[in-house]
Amino acid sequence: MTTASADNNTAKETTGAAGTEFPGQVHPTPGGGILVSKLDDVINWARSNSLWPLVFGTSCCAIEMMSTASARYDWSRFGFEVARATPRQADVIIIAGTIVNKMAPVLKRLYDQMADPKYVIAMGACATSGGPFFYNTYSVVKGADHVIPVDVYIAGCPPRPEALLHAMLALQEKIRRGLTREQIRMQKPEQSF
Amino acid sequence: MTKEELKQILTETIPGATLDESGEWLNMSVDAPGWAATAAQLRNHTVLNFDYLFCLTCVDWKTHLTMVYHLTSTSHRQPLVVKIQLDRNQPTIDSVSGYWLTANFHEREVYELFGVQFTGHPDLRLLILPDGWEGKNPLRKDFEDPVNMIKL
Amino acid sequence: MYRETHILEEVPQAGLGAKMPGTESGDLVINVGPQHPSTHGVLHLLITLNGETIKKVDPHLGYIHRSIEKMCESLSYRQFIYTTSRMDYLSAHINNHGCALCVEKGLQIEVPPRAKVIRVLMDELTRIASHCLWWGAMAMDVGALTPFFLAFREREMINDIMEETCGARLTMNYMVPGGVMFDIHPNFQRRVKEFITHFKNKIDEYDELVTNNVIFQNRMKGVGYLSKADAISFGCSGPVARASGVACDIRKLYPYEVYDQLQFEEITETAGDSFARYLVRVKELRQSLSIVEQLIDNIPEGDFQAKTKAVLKLPKGEFYSRVETARGEFGVYIVSEGGTTPYRIKFRSPGFSNLSALDHMARGGKIGDLIAIMGTLDLVIPDIDR
Repeated sequence: MTTASADNNTAKETTGAAGTEFPGQVHPTPGGGILVSKLDDVINWARSNSLWPLVFGTSCCAIEMMSTASARYDWSRFGFEVARATPRQADVIIIAGTIVNKMAPVLKRLYDQMADPKYVIAMGACATSGGPFFYNTYSVVKGADHVIPVDVYIAGCPPRPEALLHAMLALQEKIRRGLTREQIRMQKPEQSF
Repeated sequence: MTKEELKQILTETIPGATLDESGEWLNMSVDAPGWAATAAQLRNHTVLNFDYLFCLTCVDWKTHLTMVYHLTSTSHRQPLVVKIQLDRNQPTIDSVSGYWLTANFHEREVYELFGVQFTGHPDLRLLILPDGWEGKNPLRKDFEDPVNMIKL
Repeated sequence: MYRETHILEEVPQAGLGAKMPGTESGDLVINVGPQHPSTHGVLHLLITLNGETIKKVDPHLGYIHRSIEKMCESLSYRQFIYTTSRMDYLSAHINNHGCALCVEKGLQIEVPPRAKVIRVLMDELTRIASHCLWWGAMAMDVGALTPFFLAFREREMINDIMEETCGARLTMNYMVPGGVMFDIHPNFQRRVKEFITHFKNKIDEYDELVTNNVIFQNRMKGVGYLSKADAISFGCSGPVARASGVACDIRKLYPYEVYDQLQFEEITETAGDSFARYLVRVKELRQSLSIVEQLIDNIPEGDFQAKTKAVLKLPKGEFYSRVETARGEFGVYIVSEGGTTPYRIKFRSPGFSNLSALDHMARGGKIGDLIAIMGTLDLVIPDIDR
């Protein structure tokens, strides 16, 4: 069961391909420019089919993530071919496990080191909301979205590998459908992420 | 070695200890000031030979703290539980990390969770809690944290 | 017997030529972790290097400290058992087993024989699954990528068996005080027998691939020596201590459930280096398989759970139970005041003591040796931080 946070599918107006601004004035053709919107579609398709995850597992969900990487469930058939160890080369960070107060600055630093466009999947109950460690703990961050913005949440403790694959496919759908976060930020500067 | 034989040897070698046979294993209560000498005796005695410390922890009874040490020996395998009462406001006790090297990490953990000072410990600092939690002692019964809704 | 230890006044911070007590000029202090590709979890090591030789390893823990001991003081005796599945998640059944034994000791509950045999079967299957994953992850740490996928193939077979009976693949909440939660699935015996026949050939294949490999042996032999006296003094248990010659298998010394009626050997080696720790675990795979073989046809009939009250209240007192997980001795110490929730719980985790020996073993080696040693210690960090 996955929940993709809603994204308005706004038309691609003055921003050019891949979210950059063209110098000078750009007059949008009514209905959207067919060339520019097709280019955006191709770029989004290419991005979604080649997301490289960052190796970031803190606790039990990491084992299910490793199972997803192995031969039976195999996420590399969807394009998540190489799991990079360094955030500078990764596109998506899958937060598998509980985030505690001591780990939160590390997570923030890893997220900052990733290059745009970057996405976040919160895997498991602990990363979604604190999970089984919600009550009476003094050290657990109740949900990874207190630290970094999350695109897709997965429920389960731990979620099955099929649930993780479903979440990754939902993320790919989200990328193909709409704008990336910096494109939205450029269009609507008052929206904060 | 059975519990009775162990009790016999302990009454001879460590006169100041009170022994309690009610639980599954023999419980020995000693006073905090002479703990280092008692630990040396338990460790170096030829027959007792308690060389394996497998659990070191602290329990917060609301009026005092109690240190609990679980010891066993690789030669006779009869466990012994040593309990030492500490004053709640000034808990200090000798460190045994010279006799059992495993006590190094265990005592650091008790220091940060309960606030017990171990004299003679080579490196007493926080182990598991983040920086800035010195003195907070979260596992004590009077620890309150309104942000995280802890009130036990 | 007594070792000189450094006395540090400050926590060392990473830096080139950082001047701090305990280091000389020319020393480099670097960070390994908390996020690193070895699949152990979040362990932060501050390594003091002189050139490429390690002078000191300082573990910083706490990046997955979920305050489980404090949390358990508000959970009932049936609820707290499942937090231990999330501590050492690779031996989830065995951890739950230890907690259930402690509660049963307090309440003097007699577990029916069918439940005992089912519990031991689940424990041994979990041990095989844990050692398979350890083998794959360790080979990946030293550079061989294929064994990772091979190991997960067997682990998936065991996960399927567990899922059919217990309902979950990784955190199976199956042990309850008094027995097990459900009866085994009708397919259980057939599937386990298929697994046994399949796995027997695979262990020989794994030996040929990794154990007899010259490169692997050169990486592991002579690396990370731990003497017998040091292993006892550091409180090491499990395969780490058994590889140094300490006979400390809880299943043999303080048998619980049906272990005293089974025929299996306790594997010890004397070399005390990384290769010995590796060999101990690979041989334990065969022993666990033989235990499963002995039991799978002899499951007695009867109840799978003893009748217990709905709300459990342990009498006033203290109770300690020990079990042998895949990593070593796991202890549950409950102090009860007679209520429905424990007054104080302490989990004695095997990784905590095994990790304290890392500094001693890694000195004088290179970083590659440190990774090999960490692989053979088989650390699961949530078990250490609790």
